[in-house]
Amino acid sequence: MNKIEAKKVNVFYGDKQALFDINMDIPERQVTALIGPSGCGKSTFLRCLNRMNDVIEICKVEGEIKINDYDINQKSTDVVRLREKIGMVFQKPNPFPKTLYENISYGPEIHGMAQSKDELDQIVEDSLKKAALWNEVKDRLHEPGTGLSGGQQQRLCIARAISVKPEVILMDEPCSALDPIATAQIEELIDELKKEHTIVIVTHSMSQAARVSQQTGFFHLGKLIEVGSTDKIFKNPNQQQTQDYITGRFG
Amino acid sequence: MNSVIFLTIVLLALSSYFFGRKKAFAIRSSNTRLTALPKFYGYYLSIWCAAPAFIIFSLWSIFEPTVVKYVVLQSFSDQGLLEGELNLIFEKAKSLSRGQFSGEITTALQAAADKYASLRSTASASKAVIILCLLIASIAYAYNRLSKNNRTREPVEIFLQWLFFFASLAAILTTVGIVFSLLFQTIEFFKIIPFFDYLFGMHWYPAKAFVRDASEALDPSMYSDTFGAVPVFAGTFFIAFIAMCVAIPVGLLSGIYLAEYASKKFRQFAKPIVEILAGIPTVVYGFFAALTVGPFLKDIGTAVGLDVSAESALAAGAVMGVMIIPFVSSLSDDVINSVPQNLRDGSYAMGATKSETIKRVIFPAALPGIVGAILLAVSRAIGETMIVVMASGLAANLTFNPLESTSTITAQIVVILIGDQQFEDPKTQAAFALGLTLFVVTLILNVIALSIVKKYREKYD
Ligand SMILES: Nc1ncnc2c1ncn2[C@@H]1O[C@H](COP(=O)(O)OP(=O)(O)OP(=O)(O)O)[C@@H](O)[C@H]1O
Ligand SMILES: [Mg+2]
Repeated sequence: MNKIEAKKVNVFYGDKQALFDINMDIPERQVTALIGPSGCGKSTFLRCLNRMNDVIEICKVEGEIKINDYDINQKSTDVVRLREKIGMVFQKPNPFPKTLYENISYGPEIHGMAQSKDELDQIVEDSLKKAALWNEVKDRLHEPGTGLSGGQQQRLCIARAISVKPEVILMDEPCSALDPIATAQIEELIDELKKEHTIVIVTHSMSQAARVSQQTGFFHLGKLIEVGSTDKIFKNPNQQQTQDYITGRFG
Repeated sequence: MNSVIFLTIVLLALSSYFFGRKKAFAIRSSNTRLTALPKFYGYYLSIWCAAPAFIIFSLWSIFEPTVVKYVVLQSFSDQGLLEGELNLIFEKAKSLSRGQFSGEITTALQAAADKYASLRSTASASKAVIILCLLIASIAYAYNRLSKNNRTREPVEIFLQWLFFFASLAAILTTVGIVFSLLFQTIEFFKIIPFFDYLFGMHWYPAKAFVRDASEALDPSMYSDTFGAVPVFAGTFFIAFIAMCVAIPVGLLSGIYLAEYASKKFRQFAKPIVEILAGIPTVVYGFFAALTVGPFLKDIGTAVGLDVSAESALAAGAVMGVMIIPFVSSLSDDVINSVPQNLRDGSYAMGATKSETIKRVIFPAALPGIVGAILLAVSRAIGETMIVVMASGLAANLTFNPLESTSTITAQIVVILIGDQQFEDPKTQAAFALGLTLFVVTLILNVIALSIVKKYREKYD
């Protein structure tokens, strides 16, 4: 079943068009990887899915993006509710300059998800456990989140994203600032998270895409060249361009 | 005469630059490798021409008057006169030699005047000759070295290094000098007025310490209860407090608006305007406070049956607050802008609204910087003089009623130093004591502010 359906999505930064007629379906409770050379529009597409492009003054999005069969590009969309449902993890870990606890409790508080302090404590604990961070930080919940290592910070950001129980999690190169061990931990985590969440991940690492995803989309110069099951894309792509990119002969 | 010497040096220095460069080209055309670019040959010759001449010129100009005075007064030195009287004689002789003296002319005075005139003319003639010789000598020396194709780049660089060093030395020394002169005068002041009477005294009434006759002996008991600084400090902090009550909310909110809500276009256009506001001279704010706001408050007060003085702390404080708004607004805009964008994105992606993001993420992240900005603004408020002098009166009343008039440290310094004053007088020295105290207070505020701002920068860099 498709969680997200994008139809004829065009994106402009001022006069410059960054995405051309993107059509893409994203299946529920699976990992979809977006790959492609730098500047091809992967992040732009990802940001369309939770309307983060609204934040950029000059950015205009056209087309239809249906999540649970509801077009989020309508004027009447409640962006606050939308972003509660669609969480996001960024390339560079960006914990708030607050304590670990406050970092996680931020979302639930904004959305009024906890009725009591106990409930909030529970949410914080659950989120940190799901993000495989609980054991490392349970004794220092009230220390600043910026004091963690890079890999821990990124897991904190993932915990922050899942604290509001989103249906979809968008990840924009979540491992690009991390070492191989931290990367392996995050990949394991993604595998775990896909049992409950739909995940879209942008990555520059072919092997990461092959390891974690079930579906892969290849972007080039603002166009979606090919999308299909990860197996097919990596073993037997339809397009020569895709083949070239994956084997590293692109250029 | 001085200007002729000066012009000669400048012209010679300029022409030696071209001369030196030409020499370099000549050396090059004789197939010798130059040791530096031709322009360094020019600089080298030019520096050798100008630097020694200027140094001697300035030293001469500094010491000439002292030497002349010493020689002129030598014939009076055995009469056991006081320093002040000697000074007077010298001044009289000086004006007599210029033909501007109208008093009684004694023979001794006439002799002194003649001596003064002849000394002056000898001095300036010998100065011209010596400097001319020096110019010729140093140019010849440098030209000789230059024609041997000696190194020129290194000496030029070393000269520049020393030049920069002396410039910074001058900047530092003047500051230190000012602080020390404050310090010495303040110490003199505390020899007459006990330190604790100053610090904890409740009455500030310097007019009581009228200008003394120099011959009259000093009677410390006369000054008891005259230089109590408490009312002045209370007034200073009170007015600064009123100003900050105006400036912090308005400045901060407008800074947040500029940084977070305003479109790029609006910001580009509004920010320079705000910064121009910060450049309005404070006198303008001063008469605005004295002529518009003060009477306006008084009218309102009378209308509601309150007794408002035309010169009130409120008028001065409020206008001072308006003056500081751009300062706070512009600084907090900068601070908020330097909060990394990815924190905003993180918050928006959690579904936070703009105001939630500002309140819960951006403001806490920017807080240290904002506190620093506010402390800098406070130290400006404390140092502000003109508005207070014009709008809040000159009597240092101890009051915390914003509708009455009160005074501040800086305004009192003005009061004390306007009109006749004697250097050795406690009334004048009181100004130095106030100045030093003000300096210490602002220094502490600035150090705290800067260290907070610095800490905050480190956190995000
Ligand atoms: N804020 C912006 N303003 C203007 N142009 C932008 C902006 N963000 C992206 N673009 C342009 O849109 C195009 C797509 O950018 P995008 O960030 O989506 O690429 P990407 O595939 O994520 O690249 P990378 O792999 O390097 O992250 C690029 O040509 C880029 O220059
Ligand atoms: Mg990107």
